[in-house]
Amino acid sequence: MISEQAKQRMRELAARYPVARSAVMPALYIAQAEEGYVSRAALEAVAEALNMTVDDVESVATFYTMYYQRPPGKKVIKVCNSISCYLRGCDALIEQLERRLGIKRGETSPDGRYTLLTVECLASCGTAPVLQVNDEFVENLTPELVDRLADQWEAEFQAEGQSQGRSPAGAGGC
Amino acid sequence: MPELIITKNIDVPGIDRLDVYRQYGGYEALEKALHEYQPEEIVELVKKSGLRGRGGAGFPTGMKWGFLAKNEPRYLCCNCDESEPGTFKDRMLMEKNPHQLVEGVIITSYACRVSTAFIYVRGELAYAARQVQRAVDEAYAAGYIGKNILGSGYSLDVIVHRGAGAYICGEESALMESLEGRRGYPRLKPPFPAAVGLYGGPTVINNCETLSTVPAVVRNGADWYASFGTEKSKGTRIFCLSGHVKKPGNYELPLGTPLRTLIYDEQYGGGILGDRQLKAVIPGGSSTFILGADKIDTPLDFESVAAAGSMLGSGGVIVMHEDTCIVDAVLRMTEFYRDESCGKCTPCREGTYWLVQLLERIEHGHGKMSDIDLLLDICDNISGKSFCPLGDAATSSITSSIKLFREEYEYHVREGCCKVGPKARKPVAAAL
Repeated sequence: MISEQAKQRMRELAARYPVARSAVMPALYIAQAEEGYVSRAALEAVAEALNMTVDDVESVATFYTMYYQRPPGKKVIKVCNSISCYLRGCDALIEQLERRLGIKRGETSPDGRYTLLTVECLASCGTAPVLQVNDEFVENLTPELVDRLADQWEAEFQAEGQSQGRSPAGAGGC
Repeated sequence: MPELIITKNIDVPGIDRLDVYRQYGGYEALEKALHEYQPEEIVELVKKSGLRGRGGAGFPTGMKWGFLAKNEPRYLCCNCDESEPGTFKDRMLMEKNPHQLVEGVIITSYACRVSTAFIYVRGELAYAARQVQRAVDEAYAAGYIGKNILGSGYSLDVIVHRGAGAYICGEESALMESLEGRRGYPRLKPPFPAAVGLYGGPTVINNCETLSTVPAVVRNGADWYASFGTEKSKGTRIFCLSGHVKKPGNYELPLGTPLRTLIYDEQYGGGILGDRQLKAVIPGGSSTFILGADKIDTPLDFESVAAAGSMLGSGGVIVMHEDTCIVDAVLRMTEFYRDESCGKCTPCREGTYWLVQLLERIEHGHGKMSDIDLLLDICDNISGKSFCPLGDAATSSITSSIKLFREEYEYHVREGCCKVGPKARKPVAAAL
């Protein structure tokens, strides 16, 4: 369900731009923030707010990699594997993360905690290798730092208690 | 340390806030522009300064503004969709000194008689987008954006728009498609954006660093700015140094500074990681041609880098030392273009896929000698045969690396392994 408040923000955005459909990208972000991914309800809400067809909205949503087609993990870990990070040894760190999280790149853990993605250059080549956790940067990665991060994430989930009834996302990537 | 322009105040604590930015002369250039200059005079000033675009193509900024068609409404798009591998300057400018960018956007909008400006920030750079949005909000509240700015009668609206993960949207026509709420497919040119751009109106599109430079040019004058750099490449620019150097980072230098200074000087790169030998340098982001170590004394200006066989591009200088397998590095760069090809044009969509297939085959020891020329043949069938330069960009590292390091490709085919690097077959003596 997309809240009435979110729909109202979409309509306000539509009025902010010279042409309403220019608001489709920010509106998709608003919808995704509510549901964690771009669900059918999200597409319908955006379409209604911007006076577009659902198919039209979907064609935009599927072009951009940051709109998730299915529910991602609670922590989305994006590791850069472009040239500058490659030269600074990112491949070994990605394999280390795969071992620590028990999933391969592109997958979401069965408990719905983690999604591990390799992504293109994150504009952080001077502090390579680099990753993002839910859009926040962690730079100058080392094997020790990766281990500390993985420990820290585990501790955070422990503190939160056991999943609190949230239905686990299916494995198989996002 | 040469005089800094764009990064001068970048490390001042709190410079991202309006009050601190103003303490350091912030928005004085805007006041000067609005009260002392007609819009056309600003265009002439920037033309005279010699400022050229910092996004990749290096087109003269003032000339671009002068090309705008006369009809209205006109639009400005500030391209902050920084995604070129090896480039990380715009992110720094947005995160650390967003008001400098916003001031540049306002002055440029005034110069080009624009009533609505957009700042298109790459989706992955969430913090940068928040910083720019806050700066825009502060500028609205202070009367630097909005109706009748500083009593000049000039009004402007600025919208910060976030991308959502698509390298192609850094291409100007794809950026406009994206802003109009569609998939980021490049448009056929002509018509150029200066004639028919966003929403069909005349549109000026400039890179983040270019517009961040504008306030200093207006404040200090065209002659002052033109006193930096070389005859044809005026001013300073930020070089993003990455890869196998001791001190990677952003370094602002006058154009024409030798590549050797950037890589080896203690103030900048500090030399090659592990004191190894330099093998190759990519001077302007992964879309530019690879240069061999013999080009180390090339002055970093548009003309000299072109004469050396590459491009200054986005200023992303990627350094590779002797233990880098060139085939593996090129494969990594080519995978980027395969993944980021928007799919509109067949030569780029299919060609980048086949380039990766062939490079993988060679890298993993299953290649044929004829694959090397086949790579060049595919490059020839991509380059210049698509709507936008992404396809061309995908071929740069392949054609230049085969030219410079053909024997390394042949070694892979002949020996079935890398010649250097972690996947090289070690001689028996070394293995003991």
